[in-house]
Amino acid sequence: MNRSKRWWWQVIIVIGLLTVMGILINNLAVNLIRTGLGLSFDWLWRPAGFALSEHPLPYQSSDSTAWALLMGWLNSLRVIFAGIVLATLLGVSTGAARRSLNPLLRQIAALYVGFIRQIPLLLQLLFWYFVAFLGLPSEPFAPLGAVIHLSNQGISLLGVTLSVEFAAVLLGLSVFTGASIAEVVRGGLDSVPRGQWEAFRSLGMTEGLGLRRIVLPQALPAILPALSSQYLNLAKNSTLAIAVGYADLYAVSDTTITQTGRAIEGFLLLLLSFLLLNLLINGGMQLLNRAVLRSQHHH
Amino acid sequence: MSIAIHAQSISKSYSDDHRALDEVNLSVNLGEVLVVMGPSGSGKSTLIRTFNGLESIDEGRLEVVGIQLDSNQDERQIKRIRRRVGMVFQQFNLFPHLSILDNITLAPIRVKKMQKKDAELRAMSLLSQMGIADQAMKRPAQLSGGQQQRVAIARALAMDPEVMLFDEPTSALDPERVKEVLDAMRTLASAGMTMVVVTHELGFAREVADRVLFMDAGKVVELSDAKTFFSHAKEERSRRFLNQMTN
Repeated sequence: MNRSKRWWWQVIIVIGLLTVMGILINNLAVNLIRTGLGLSFDWLWRPAGFALSEHPLPYQSSDSTAWALLMGWLNSLRVIFAGIVLATLLGVSTGAARRSLNPLLRQIAALYVGFIRQIPLLLQLLFWYFVAFLGLPSEPFAPLGAVIHLSNQGISLLGVTLSVEFAAVLLGLSVFTGASIAEVVRGGLDSVPRGQWEAFRSLGMTEGLGLRRIVLPQALPAILPALSSQYLNLAKNSTLAIAVGYADLYAVSDTTITQTGRAIEGFLLLLLSFLLLNLLINGGMQLLNRAVLRSQHHH
Repeated sequence: MSIAIHAQSISKSYSDDHRALDEVNLSVNLGEVLVVMGPSGSGKSTLIRTFNGLESIDEGRLEVVGIQLDSNQDERQIKRIRRRVGMVFQQFNLFPHLSILDNITLAPIRVKKMQKKDAELRAMSLLSQMGIADQAMKRPAQLSGGQQQRVAIARALAMDPEVMLFDEPTSALDPERVKEVLDAMRTLASAGMTMVVVTHELGFAREVADRVLFMDAGKVVELSDAKTFFSHAKEERSRRFLNQMTN
């Protein structure tokens, strides 16, 4: 395509975008006038009037709606960051297992990745909730002694009690995202020249040592960008928590919108919250990325 | 005379119609320098890589520094061999994210459980032997090819190997950098190191090799002492190869 044609395409695309935005803003304005509501955030400071099954800070239904939304946001943060940690552990070990010398380990890892990636996340969340956790007996039992107590009322891990809803969302998100991270890690490992593997092996190093000290550090520049997009996916997918009744930001917003009728404001806050959250994750990953690149090019 | 490596009719195929190694028999004596020559694709790299388990064998038996290997790759046996057999690669394969010093000390510290200070002292003395002690704190990319290959030799020597394998150590070097690497290998040979060297360097082979193994199409064509091989090779195929190399 020559230069002038490309230039015309850009103009057409810009005009198209402006038109779509114009229509949307016009719709918004028309609807606001028609309902006679106008934009207002007063409702944020009125009592929420609903209970939350889980709240990291003290909360009761007479507290403000804003406070309820904050509890939702904190609940989201909790499950997202725990999920990122767990998914990373799962993904890195599975990705490494796919390049292991042990054929059984390789096969188990491939099976996990292949299986989990074929099933919609929503189904997996429902499975963890209804089958795995609600299927537990109501009397707690401790399969690993004092380490973990399981029942359909909740999970107690080293004395920290987690709700069944939280556990289901956490496991669902981690197991699902872990499979994708495993692929990212495997791709990263494959990007390291074969000679590096041969060099550490010929020095008598174990696979684990070689992976940690030789291969992974060199694979990181290839892994990190794709890893941060997996983290963002996990954060966005956490809104599916509403399906199992976990009081995350989306679930609380949904209740608020139903009660106040303030859909536009509610969604604006929701969008801004997620924007903030993802900027946080992105910023953290960029810092990490820069630190890794710097450590590999210094001197 | 003690035997460092003994191969008993070892074979290997990458596909059904291509035999990379075809019933290879040989012994390498302790303290000997064996040079392996042959046209490209003759199986010489594959052969040397079976000696430390980087390539598996399909048939036959292999004994390296007294440890047995056969077609079922026993990882434990291979690891025991690798701790006692050093290898130097055509592409150096230094670890680019580590300093020269860390490249050399990592395995002695983590595999041989040496004290960090002892490992560093040993690394510095090896680097001095190689004439590159002043490069210790640099990264591999800051060194010339010849310097990198000398680091690779030092890295292998830091494990105090009984046998050193060289897989075309000068083939990736600029011509003016070849000599410094060959000199380091000469010094090593005269110190009595057992060496198996895949190379096309006729001068080096003539001067340093005790015996020459000539391979073609995965088979051993000739295994002669170096003098015989270069003055009157027994096999027509060897003579033709030598003619091509010298013209």
